[in-house]
Amino acid sequence: MSRASKYLKIFAYTYLIFLYAPALLLPIFSFNSSQIISFPLTGFTTYWFERLLYQETLHEAFKNSMIVAISSSILATTLGVLASRSSTRYNFTGKQISLTFILAPLVLPEIIVGVSLLTVLIQLGLSLNLWSVVLGHTLLIMPFSILIMNSAFNNLDISLEEASMDLGENQIGTFFRIILPLVFPGIMASLLIGFTLSLDEFIIAFFLTGTETTLPVYIWSLFRFPKELPTTMALGTLLLIVSLILLSLSEYFRRRSALSKDSILN
Amino acid sequence: MKFTFNNDTKKGWRLLSAPFIYSLLLLAAPLSLMFLLSFWTQDYLVLDKTFTLNNYIEAFTQPVYQLLFSRSLTISLTVTLFTVLLAYPMAYFISFYGGERKALWLFLITIPFWTSYLLRMFLWKVILGYNGVFNSFFIWLQVIEEPMTFILYNTNAVIIALTHGWAPFAILPIFVSLEKIDRSLLEASKDLGDGPIQQFFRVILPLSAPGVVGAALIIFIPTVGDYITPKLVGGTEGLMIANMIQVQFSKANNAPLAAALSVSSLMIVAFISIVFVLINRKYLRRY
Amino acid sequence: MVNQVQVKNVYRNFGAVKAVDGVSIEIKKGEFFSLLGPSGCGKTTLLRLIAGFETPNFGEILIDSKSMKDVEPNLRPTNMVFQNYAIFPHLNVEENVAYGLRKKKLSKDEKLEMINKSLNLVGLSGLNNRSSNALSGGQKQRVALARALILKPKVLLLDEPLSALDKKLREQMQSELRHLQRAVGITFILVTHDQEEALTMSDKVAVMFDGKVEQIASPRELYEKPISQRVASFIGAMNFINGKVIKDDKKIIFETKIFGKLSLSKKQISGKNQNGKLTLGIRPELVSIRSLKATSKELMMGTIKDISYFGETTYYKISCDKSNELLTVSSQNSFGQISFKVGEQVKFKIDIESVVGFFD
Repeated sequence: MSRASKYLKIFAYTYLIFLYAPALLLPIFSFNSSQIISFPLTGFTTYWFERLLYQETLHEAFKNSMIVAISSSILATTLGVLASRSSTRYNFTGKQISLTFILAPLVLPEIIVGVSLLTVLIQLGLSLNLWSVVLGHTLLIMPFSILIMNSAFNNLDISLEEASMDLGENQIGTFFRIILPLVFPGIMASLLIGFTLSLDEFIIAFFLTGTETTLPVYIWSLFRFPKELPTTMALGTLLLIVSLILLSLSEYFRRRSALSKDSILN
Repeated sequence: MKFTFNNDTKKGWRLLSAPFIYSLLLLAAPLSLMFLLSFWTQDYLVLDKTFTLNNYIEAFTQPVYQLLFSRSLTISLTVTLFTVLLAYPMAYFISFYGGERKALWLFLITIPFWTSYLLRMFLWKVILGYNGVFNSFFIWLQVIEEPMTFILYNTNAVIIALTHGWAPFAILPIFVSLEKIDRSLLEASKDLGDGPIQQFFRVILPLSAPGVVGAALIIFIPTVGDYITPKLVGGTEGLMIANMIQVQFSKANNAPLAAALSVSSLMIVAFISIVFVLINRKYLRRY
Repeated sequence: MVNQVQVKNVYRNFGAVKAVDGVSIEIKKGEFFSLLGPSGCGKTTLLRLIAGFETPNFGEILIDSKSMKDVEPNLRPTNMVFQNYAIFPHLNVEENVAYGLRKKKLSKDEKLEMINKSLNLVGLSGLNNRSSNALSGGQKQRVALARALILKPKVLLLDEPLSALDKKLREQMQSELRHLQRAVGITFILVTHDQEEALTMSDKVAVMFDGKVEQIASPRELYEKPISQRVASFIGAMNFINGKVIKDDKKIIFETKIFGKLSLSKKQISGKNQNGKLTLGIRPELVSIRSLKATSKELMMGTIKDISYFGETTYYKISCDKSNELLTVSSQNSFGQISFKVGEQVKFKIDIESVVGFFD
């Protein structure tokens, strides 16, 4: 059996390499002096990164992305906490159906969600701005928040809440002294993942922004200009690094929130 | 469904009401509106609300849409097949040989998913282009003389890019179902005379089938409606239904047709998925 | 003595399951009261009803003559020690113990004094700053006790507090809990499925089956005069002997295969004679086993079929010559006591006064 395991091991590492290889192109060509993305490499430069500092539209887009990402992650996490608490703690009619419904955005093609939202907003005569994007992103992020918080709440022993009440605390006191501190890592994980998802999300933003673009929409517009390719790569590199940092942090919090002896996955 | 109204019901709904109403307003209502829209017609910017099935007739009879539907399905099914085939050994490796680093492997595998999909698909454009990374690399190594043109701006490119992009996704469900397999069952099968290959086909594969089904659905359903990848690397030959929906919605000012196309895609995808799940249920007893 | 806790005709269902099915109990102030029964008999549900975590579908619960209807757990004069201790993992020992003091207006020094007193009471002095994760099971249990007792509840509720501990620790904690209860003088209500535990610690025990209370009595009375076959076999081991009622007059004459005719007084029998079906019970330690050489009257003959050795005691299964029914007899392996081998023929007799009987 160990021969098979050796092949599997080689397969696994090869898989991992191929998985990450394209991403490596980002930093490689961000520092490459040629304006064309191709081999052989021509020389080292930080020019493309420097250019980023002078793009006004980029800074605007960045600011907009920040606003949208922070707002959507907070809103989605709040709603997610409510939904998750409700589903993990109580049993009631219609629970399964309503939850399946709330989780639906996970399996629906984004374009359909985007188009339908756009239709509604147009019919209602509402203008498209950053807040329409926030609404759309929150819808997408909420299911992820719920999944993370489900794990956190499931690991919260109900007898701890009962003990707190038994010792004299009311519902609110129990929430702030026991529940909140113990699910806090889950909340952090949800906020970070939500932020990252919003930051990287393109389709909904593409359909629902008016004149204020987000970062991904800005990047999309750059694609039209071959001369901008290296700059785009540089921007992409930065975005990738930020995402990786946020995701690692989120994973750290998620693991802390889901400490359980049974499963390594949670 | 028994209706039990008690303390739990009150508390449960009190908490669930906000997220539920949010989804109702931002998902159910828009989708319903889109469904309605598919039965109307649009003349430039004016909506004619008389009920008609013309949009659906057009969607299913016009060759251009038929082509897009079948192409989207073909691409998506191909991608599903490839990703699942690649994912299974990977999931198997992590589950049976991952040891203490299972969580780390999973983290490394899934992290790319959380980064910008746009960026990742864009990279394929750069990689597969005429002057792109692949071509220049192989020319530089003198493996080929002329740049390869069959790898970009067609369905091949879309399939390659989608397979790469979605592969990690298929790993997780398969991994979970492999993990659930009671290891003592494997020992029992060995004890009863199975060699490793028989053990795989008689015990491991059947028991991991739910995970494989899950993985297939997770890949199939979203990829049919992908917009970004065909737009970036599909050229004209590789465009998929989502691109047409966007065109009808914006440039062609035919929102009702776009809606009909969207609803049709949803229906087709739902139909195929249900058939797939039912077939599996029939041939694999549920555990 | 005053009735501190009154459970009046309480019912609690969960759907079709009748967890508590018409229970009435009176618990006196300062009593160590146990609820004993097999899993699923409703004892934990009853405890939770008293604590306020469940509401009765019917009936009421009074503490110190005040109805607890609509009174939330945090406002009841009870405190609970949970089965898994429920120690707050993000707070250390001192913070856990002081948890319920937050609402009370006390100075920091007053609080600290109370905490230290409480810790001292349970034998955990000095562990104030220990992290919860670093505590052993036994220590967690003591913290749970200290945390509950510091609030000076009128009634302390304990939900199978010792079930997670290993045998030696359990026995130690049993005696500690008993002493603790005497020291603080509070009413304790303890839930357990371990009859030894209930008998050792309690003043009174309520034995429950299927949501109903079958018998409430002191440990001794429960053991020596069980009110039904179910209680008799749940508490300790019991030999059940079948036979026929010959006469039911001032005394009951019962014909058995093993012992022949036995004359029993009505005091020894529970239940009413409805169809003449009577079963007798005799505890294994109340059957005296002798070697063949013994000569006193009323000795029956039998053969040893099986032996179970428990160190301090040996259990013999004897097949009686007159009937082939098996009797379980226990014998202390004390100084001078003979031990027997399988297949050996022995003589045995019983003390008729210690026999109990149950009409079906």
